[in-house]
Amino acid sequence: MAITEDPGRRSGSGGAFQLSQLINDTRYRSYTFQFIALVLLFLGFGWLINNAINNPVLAQVGIDFGFLQTPAGYDINQQPIPYDSQDTHLRATVIGAINTLIVAFLACITATVFGVFAGVLRLSNNWIVSKLMSIYVEIFRNIPVLIWIIIIFTVAANTFPPISEFRIPRDGSDPDRGLLFGMMAATNQGVFVPRLVFAEQGWLVAIVLLASVAGVFAFRAWARNQLYAHGREVGTLLPTLAILILPAVIAYFALGRPIGVENPEMGRFRFEGGFTLRPSLIALWFALSIYTGAFIAENVRAGILAVSRGQTEAAAALGLRPRRVMSLVVLPQALRVIIPPLISQYLNITKNTSLAIAVGYMDLTGTLGGITLNQTGRALECILLLMLFYLTFSLAISAVMNVYNNAVRLKER
Amino acid sequence: MSDAHAHSVAFVRDTEIPAAPPPTRETGAVKWMRENLFSSVANTVMTIIGVLIAWYLLSGLIPWIVNGTWQGDDIRECREILGDSGGACFAVIRERWPQLLYGFQYPDELRWRPTVAFFLLFVAVPPALFAMFLPRWTLALTALYPFVAYWLIWGGSVLSPVFVAMGIAAGYVVFTRVERRGFVPGLLAAVATAVAVWWLGGFVVEAASGVLALEPVESRAMGGFMLNLILGVVCVSLSLPIGIALALGRQSRLPVVKGFCVVFIEFIRGVPLITLLFVANVVLSYFLPPESNFDLIVRVIIMITAFSSAYIAEVIRGGLAALPKGQYEAADSLGLDYPQAMRLIILPQALKISIPGIVNVAVGLFKDTTLVSVISMFDLVGLIRGPILSSTDWVGVYWELWAAACILFFVVCYGISQYSQWLERQLRTDHR
Repeated sequence: MAITEDPGRRSGSGGAFQLSQLINDTRYRSYTFQFIALVLLFLGFGWLINNAINNPVLAQVGIDFGFLQTPAGYDINQQPIPYDSQDTHLRATVIGAINTLIVAFLACITATVFGVFAGVLRLSNNWIVSKLMSIYVEIFRNIPVLIWIIIIFTVAANTFPPISEFRIPRDGSDPDRGLLFGMMAATNQGVFVPRLVFAEQGWLVAIVLLASVAGVFAFRAWARNQLYAHGREVGTLLPTLAILILPAVIAYFALGRPIGVENPEMGRFRFEGGFTLRPSLIALWFALSIYTGAFIAENVRAGILAVSRGQTEAAAALGLRPRRVMSLVVLPQALRVIIPPLISQYLNITKNTSLAIAVGYMDLTGTLGGITLNQTGRALECILLLMLFYLTFSLAISAVMNVYNNAVRLKER
Repeated sequence: MSDAHAHSVAFVRDTEIPAAPPPTRETGAVKWMRENLFSSVANTVMTIIGVLIAWYLLSGLIPWIVNGTWQGDDIRECREILGDSGGACFAVIRERWPQLLYGFQYPDELRWRPTVAFFLLFVAVPPALFAMFLPRWTLALTALYPFVAYWLIWGGSVLSPVFVAMGIAAGYVVFTRVERRGFVPGLLAAVATAVAVWWLGGFVVEAASGVLALEPVESRAMGGFMLNLILGVVCVSLSLPIGIALALGRQSRLPVVKGFCVVFIEFIRGVPLITLLFVANVVLSYFLPPESNFDLIVRVIIMITAFSSAYIAEVIRGGLAALPKGQYEAADSLGLDYPQAMRLIILPQALKISIPGIVNVAVGLFKDTTLVSVISMFDLVGLIRGPILSSTDWVGVYWELWAAACILFFVVCYGISQYSQWLERQLRTDHR
């Protein structure tokens, strides 16, 4: 027994602990290193905080988030919710955050469309199409997104017609330019599009629509269950459309058509009604989508190439029709490769929306990190809140992504 | 039967007929077009659409370039020369070229210095990039380059970079001597030696500040594409070692080290670079001693380095995770301790796997250096948006300037990514 006992343990229990063991004994060495690391860390942070406390500027103004309750006093040109310059900085911040999310959401959708389109076409047998797509991908990937944002902003602000060309002349004749389909106009002041107007009970229709979407999922699960459990194949296309559309349409008419469309109308000097997409929003949206689309295209291409040809051939040999080969064999495997980088591209889009400040779109960086910061001089507080917002958002999406990755991971033995 | 047959026929061919040429539609350009452009109806439609798009783009671009002029000293002269030919006014690029490259504050007569530094880059970088073809001693050129480049661009006495280099060299020599007693003592001895050399060097530099002194240039005079290049090169080189350390720390079994690395990496990756630049611009000075007076460019370098090292750490972590467990176990069974195992077995393989990812980060970072224009530094983008486009001489000449910026960035970024693909093929030691 005494022979098998290892020397370290004996010395430990025997109380003959020597100081050199802190360095030489692997059991204690890790504690030594961690202790040193901890001390260095505390010293470093202590040094930084000490500097901040002794900083004359910071000592004078202190740290105070009270500025969020004071009137902001500046205008915001793109307002998703009502706002005027007498509202507080907090409300301006909230508007900025909503604007960030709006442009991030729009850009994620269009970037996915561009990316899938270009990625698939780049693999096309057609020489011209695949070359055009690789030129698109290489050009957009290798030039900074900031330059693209500014270029597209310049295009939107300089090559679109001025608003005066839409003005109706005094004599009542036709203006130089009419509205596209009577509802849209692209001018150098922004693009004017129709807006949905919700009357009192309009939200009920929206709720019905949401419930229908849930219903579609339930129906599909039931149909799959029928197939797997009873071998009965249930057609899903028509019932899906019916569940999706019918209740909403019935609710729409039963409630007396509570949702309307408001077209922009040319007033005396400017457009009234409708929804305005400022050139800054257009530039940011379009530039982010086309830039990130180039990256997504590469991810999509890699994902499709990652599914070996044998898989397709095996599925065909089993007698599956081409559409089923795609949906049951190729896509599930390609998506496993495509989705994780796709989501990190979405995160990149969200973080890159902060470049809005370069074209004056009032996102969170423009309100909280821009004008509010400059007006109140509360740099530390503003930047802290700014980072907190982006950090929360990124970590939330990362968490979702981890759950997804675990769900689709190959279950290996 | 067969004999009789042979005698009864008048002619039997005893040589092979040369193969007839394939039909025209199966050869050359025609075949290629049939297969690649018009193989089906859908394909034909796509070809036509593709040709139309290409035609539309080229018909706009080519006259603009061909009819463009390089003459004229401001926008009015340029317009006069051009008339209504619709060409580009490239004169702005000719006139502002030095500004685009060096910024508008770098002294005119000293511009040869960054130029020399830039061309020396082509001497210094190949040994690192093409290490497998060039003799090993050429790496010394690479190691020497940062000090030469600093001296050329910022000026001042040659002694300060020389002593910094000497400190590092002395530290390295001491490290190789002491290392056999263990990695940690070696590192400590090396750091102590380097600090001692720098401390002694400080006195010498103060006493003899005029030795081989170039006229000093302030940091805030840096601008233009030079600023992008400086930020890109400096931050990527600094963030490589930090990124490796962070990646190893994240894999560490020591909770304190691991926790710090995880928090640092996730924090940096969660916030946009622009907020970090705001920190560099307005907040960082709160946390530094009041008497210290860091230039904006130094603060920006600190923040961008922190930013890119977090991303590089994640790439390297991927490389470390991709190594089979057997490699770690093999290192353990050879009796190597942790630093040895990492340096001799794990990192060489992990870094090799990570090269494409690291290059992607480097290209992304180089593109992101344009963001410094938001905090009013005059890099290439800031310079075009600010001083050039708002000058009365060149108001409204957008496309030519942005095209120049695009070309500069494209050449560098595309070059780097092509290099990385080539390197990936070179380093592929598995047999395929």
